[in-house]
Amino acid sequence: MKRFQGLDFLELEGELSEEERMVRDAVRSFVDERILPLIGKCYEDGRFPSELVPEMASLGLFGPTVPEEYGGQGLGSVAYGVMCRELERGDSGIRSMASVQGSLVMFPILEYGSEEQKKRWLPKLAKGEAIGCFGLTEPDAGSNPGGMLSRCKKDGTGWVLNGRKMWITNGTVSDVSIVWAKDDAGVVRGFLVEKGTKGFTAPETKGKWSLRASVTSELVLDDVRVPDSHRLPKAEGLKAPLSCLTQARYGIAWGAVGAAMACFEEALNYSKDRIVFNKPLAGFQIPQMKLADMATDITLGQLMSLKIGRLKELGRLSHFQVSMAKRNNVSMALRISRVCRDMLGANGILLEYHSGRHMCNLETVYTYEGTHDIHSLAIGEAVTGLPAYR
Amino acid sequence: MDVAVCVKRVPSTDTRVKVGASGTSIDPTGVQYELNPFDEFAVEEALRVKEKTGGGTVTVICLGPGDAQKELRNELARGADKAVLLKDDQLEARDAYSIARALADQIQKLNVRVVMMGKQAVDRDNGHVGSMVAAMLGYACVTEVVKMEIQGDTARCEREIEGGAREVVEAQLPAVFTAQKGLNEPRYVKLPGIMAAKKKPLEEVAAPAVAPKLTVVEMSLPPARQAGRFMGKGKEAVPELLRRLREESKVL
Ligand SMILES: Cc1cc2nc3c(=O)[nH]c(=O)nc-3n(C[C@H](O)[C@H](O)[C@H](O)COP(=O)(O)OP(=O)(O)OC[C@H]3O[C@@H](n4cnc5c(N)ncnc54)[C@H](O)[C@@H]3O)c2cc1C
Repeated sequence: MKRFQGLDFLELEGELSEEERMVRDAVRSFVDERILPLIGKCYEDGRFPSELVPEMASLGLFGPTVPEEYGGQGLGSVAYGVMCRELERGDSGIRSMASVQGSLVMFPILEYGSEEQKKRWLPKLAKGEAIGCFGLTEPDAGSNPGGMLSRCKKDGTGWVLNGRKMWITNGTVSDVSIVWAKDDAGVVRGFLVEKGTKGFTAPETKGKWSLRASVTSELVLDDVRVPDSHRLPKAEGLKAPLSCLTQARYGIAWGAVGAAMACFEEALNYSKDRIVFNKPLAGFQIPQMKLADMATDITLGQLMSLKIGRLKELGRLSHFQVSMAKRNNVSMALRISRVCRDMLGANGILLEYHSGRHMCNLETVYTYEGTHDIHSLAIGEAVTGLPAYR
Repeated sequence: MDVAVCVKRVPSTDTRVKVGASGTSIDPTGVQYELNPFDEFAVEEALRVKEKTGGGTVTVICLGPGDAQKELRNELARGADKAVLLKDDQLEARDAYSIARALADQIQKLNVRVVMMGKQAVDRDNGHVGSMVAAMLGYACVTEVVKMEIQGDTARCEREIEGGAREVVEAQLPAVFTAQKGLNEPRYVKLPGIMAAKKKPLEEVAAPAVAPKLTVVEMSLPPARQAGRFMGKGKEAVPELLRRLREESKVL
């Protein structure tokens, strides 16, 4: 197989530091050697390749931005973004697993957890000895998480949780689930619910045609009792889970570019080799226009992700800016994956090729972590000052 | 046990080589570089020797241009402890002798008993440097090693010989070993390693000038492959095909 080149039309890779380029190369070879050979089959079987977890952990893919004292590596934001981009070049489901573990589980524990919670969970999560999930969405509250029905009730020294979460990545395989619920005063609080806690189950959601190499689950909480030490003490209000989503979306904005680069390169190579009407497909004007459009759109996405990365490193990144990059890059990637799928002709529907799988995956990415339209509303609010969510 | 590994930065194996204006070296425009693939096995084995012998220092040495710091930093991230860049921006003017001389002098300073190298660098394909360094230092030399084990002062190695046969040799240390594919499975560079590499020493010194004993006078690409020819169809075409294979191409 031809080695992945990675479109770099504006020499943006040259803007990366040596360390960031090394992260890119390290994750890129892991994807080439360990993920691509098995991902088509995993997708077909609807199976997350859990056998890769120890290797992903030893590579440092779980929570690399967490400080070293808690088992992370203190990696910079751009390096983390590059990691997400390279992982999603492999598969959105694999990147999702790492995003959830790092941005939606390790981040809230680091940001809102007690010292005891950090010491107990972060090193294990970094080593892949524990898997985590983030339960915010409910059957009747997706885009509007403030409308959640899950409840937490103070009971003596502990809490009782009741409710149902849905579409939760890693749910079934999680050792620790971060569950968000409202207290009697309507304040959203976060809890660490451990596997095996009485009244807590996490059945897997079957029948997906998207993100098939990732575990998606329901979380059912039926009078689940947890001690107060399992509550994230510094998380109060919806702002807390939303701040986690901003972290994860940042990685998605980078990740989507990786999926688009994978599709583009596949379609480019294919169209140079594929002979139609006695010459390479790439030699015709219509495919060239598609390739030119895609190369330009990918380059714009690369610019956007790099810029939000540098802003994040300066501590100046707003959630509105993340919304713009997530919305633009994911819809760009989805559009490109469809075009590439088409350029591969009938071969495009085979799992042996990657564009079709990316296309199906990206439909999820378009919806989760704030749908495309919800991010339109966020950008709309930023530019007009008039929130139009409700 | 302390180990030295010599590594080279070479054009990446999927480069479409063009001959440069000088007619004696390749045109470097647009060429991407990477670590010589055989050297990855050498580095991995050096790390394993260190680990199996309960510690020591692995020093990677590269003779090459300033940009080769990138390859060295990567090997530090993989696990090497120290790196030395013998800087020479005119690497192509050196022959194997002049490279070996500079490396041998550097190795001597390190006082190591195990020296690892790739069996050949895939740019010039001479496969000379390992044996030359060994000769210059008066060390034993085991080439194309596919398995090695160090016990005390001897190294027991398996090497590949003609026709896939294997030979087992024992070498007295100090020795130079050149790695063949199959020696090991090189470990990945990991993110923690990348962060650790930032703090490891990478020394850059000017490579000693050593006059080459051999100069490239011409470099040329193979002639473009000719289009295939049809000899006809079916059984009737076979005698003519055989005749041509025998008389024209002389392959039969
Ligand atoms: C595979 C997968 C994995 C997921 N993983 C997780 C996870 O780990 N944790 C978690 O908490 N959640 C997760 N989600 C849930 C995801 O975040 C939600 O599906 C998403 O937020 C959308 O919510 P919804 O499905 O309820 O859609 P809805 O909110 O019902 O939206 C339906 C449509 O209505 C539009 N819409 C909604 N509100 C408005 C409005 N005000 N104005 C205009 N249009 C509007 C939307 O844009 C969309 O087009 C996952 C989802 C999937 C598919």
